[in-house]
Amino acid sequence: VPLQAYLLLAAVVFGLGLFGVLTRRNAVGILLGIELMLNAVNINLVAFSRFHGNVAGMLFALFTIAITVAEVAVGLAIVIVLFRVRKTIEADHLDLLRG
Amino acid sequence: VTAEVLGFWVMAVVLVAASLGVVLTPNLFHAVLYLAAALVATGGVFLLLEAAFLFGVQLLLYAGGVVTIVVFAIMLTERLVGETIVQSSRYLFNGAVLAVAVFVGVAGFLVSRDVATARPPWSGDATVAIGRALVGPYAVPFELLGALLVVALLGALYFARTED
Repeated sequence: VPLQAYLLLAAVVFGLGLFGVLTRRNAVGILLGIELMLNAVNINLVAFSRFHGNVAGMLFALFTIAITVAEVAVGLAIVIVLFRVRKTIEADHLDLLRG
Repeated sequence: VTAEVLGFWVMAVVLVAASLGVVLTPNLFHAVLYLAAALVATGGVFLLLEAAFLFGVQLLLYAGGVVTIVVFAIMLTERLVGETIVQSSRYLFNGAVLAVAVFVGVAGFLVSRDVATARPPWSGDATVAIGRALVGPYAVPFELLGALLVVALLGALYFARTED
């Protein structure tokens, strides 16, 4: 399987994640879309790493995974606080900062 | 058809189908389960790329950790509101156009370039190489990552604490 196949697969997943982020109303749904996009990036990193025989890409994938875990933890904490305060996690209703 | 080609197509189909499920299913809980499937399929892709260590990390941290806390968050919010959250989508057409445009841009760029088609032989175990790099040239980013995780943990605790 050539490198391009892996990169195209990652591009498909990234596009689907972007679609989810753009269309979901629920804040948790948007977070899930972001997860998909970050996952696609990891596929790219590991594929390039393997096909160039350089381990640096795998390390970056490892770092991305750890950062994503931190991002999800903080993101969900914010979602729970929002829910407690505003009783909704519909992104459209959370427009307090809109000018 | 070699085992690698077969494995790649199986993983690709599962990954794309699960991703579609994540962005399209109306039930948020089901979306999280589809996300778990997509993350496991990504781990399979890592295995095909001979990154066994990353496969383990993916299963433990992502499919295990992330999915668990998302399920927790959904259950907490559902308990607070006392009903099942049904989520809907908006701007379906615009979102699809933009996502397809991004995909076509990336794919067009990829197809127009010459990229490596054959893998160089992997000298030694990738896990050993990752371990050596983490305590060698990448030691500082690795430590910073530890600091980031502590900061994120404290921040999440601070946000989610009960007011009293």
